[in-house]
Amino acid sequence: MSKSSSGNVGIVIVSHSSKIAEGAADMVRQMVGNAVPLAWTGGDTDGGLGTNVAGILAAIEAAWSPAGVAILVDLGGAETNSEMAVEMLAEDRRARVVVCNAPVVEGAVIAATESSGGSSLAAVKRSAEEFYA
Amino acid sequence: MTLDRDAREKLVLALAAAMIEHAEELTSLDQAIGDGDHGLNMKRGFEAVLATLPGLADKSLPEMLKTIGLTLVMKVGGASGPLVGTFFMELGKALPDEPARADLVAATDKAINAVKLRGRSEAGQKTLLDVLVPVQAVFAGGGDARAIAAEAAQAADRTTPMLATRGRASFLGERSIGHMDPGSRSASLLISAAIAALEFEATS
Repeated sequence: MSKSSSGNVGIVIVSHSSKIAEGAADMVRQMVGNAVPLAWTGGDTDGGLGTNVAGILAAIEAAWSPAGVAILVDLGGAETNSEMAVEMLAEDRRARVVVCNAPVVEGAVIAATESSGGSSLAAVKRSAEEFYA
Repeated sequence: MTLDRDAREKLVLALAAAMIEHAEELTSLDQAIGDGDHGLNMKRGFEAVLATLPGLADKSLPEMLKTIGLTLVMKVGGASGPLVGTFFMELGKALPDEPARADLVAATDKAINAVKLRGRSEAGQKTLLDVLVPVQAVFAGGGDARAIAAEAAQAADRTTPMLATRGRASFLGERSIGHMDPGSRSASLLISAAIAALEFEATS
């Protein structure tokens, strides 16, 4: 069953490697099609390995949903930069974006699957985080 | 302490020079226990800061510091961007235009606490906090410029035998022991550069 993506929680994938971020997004798309807003970002501002706040902000914007956005990250800098990006959002959006403590690939697929069923942001985050708990 | 436009520009140039000149050293420290990009990241960040001169130095000291912080957050590209960037942003937010020493002490205290929150970390985990926290103790305790600069260098050295429990180096476990923390080294270099540029008079 395909349903409109507009009401579902958006998923953002943040990796140090743009290839990993893009590949994880491909896996999410294969699972849930276009049922969830999805965006990815990877690499520093010069295109090397790393993460950058501007790219994360753009990805949040691209995957924005009134139901909120769940961010999946790989290593430390991705998490720190994602938390920084969330703080830089307008106040009314800040509370509707969460960084999940979950492995980036598995977490993204599970979060998107949960989202595609119309679950809340809290439920999406919980599903991603419970996978390896 | 009053910093006129020339002094503010001198401060920016000194901070940037410290990171750009030591980029290779910082990167090789990071290659030992991290992902090998710290020097390049800090260089990229401070080159972006330099690109905002001369307008940057036209701003008041608090506004200038906030702009430096935001530029680092947006350009550095590693965890050090939000960490060092947060320090400068919070310092700018907490300082009056013409701070007295007590204002500086209070503002650096707030900025260090913001770095702790950003990194969910405390001193003792082999991070830049292992320089910031002991240097702040000397500064708050009335230490003069020489004492502060000496503590910055010694605190960075003291990270060498530490076990990393936060940041990328923590993945290495005990293999992180025996290498200086790159973030501590860059913090130490920035502190020394700031002190030298300001001809900092701790008693003023």
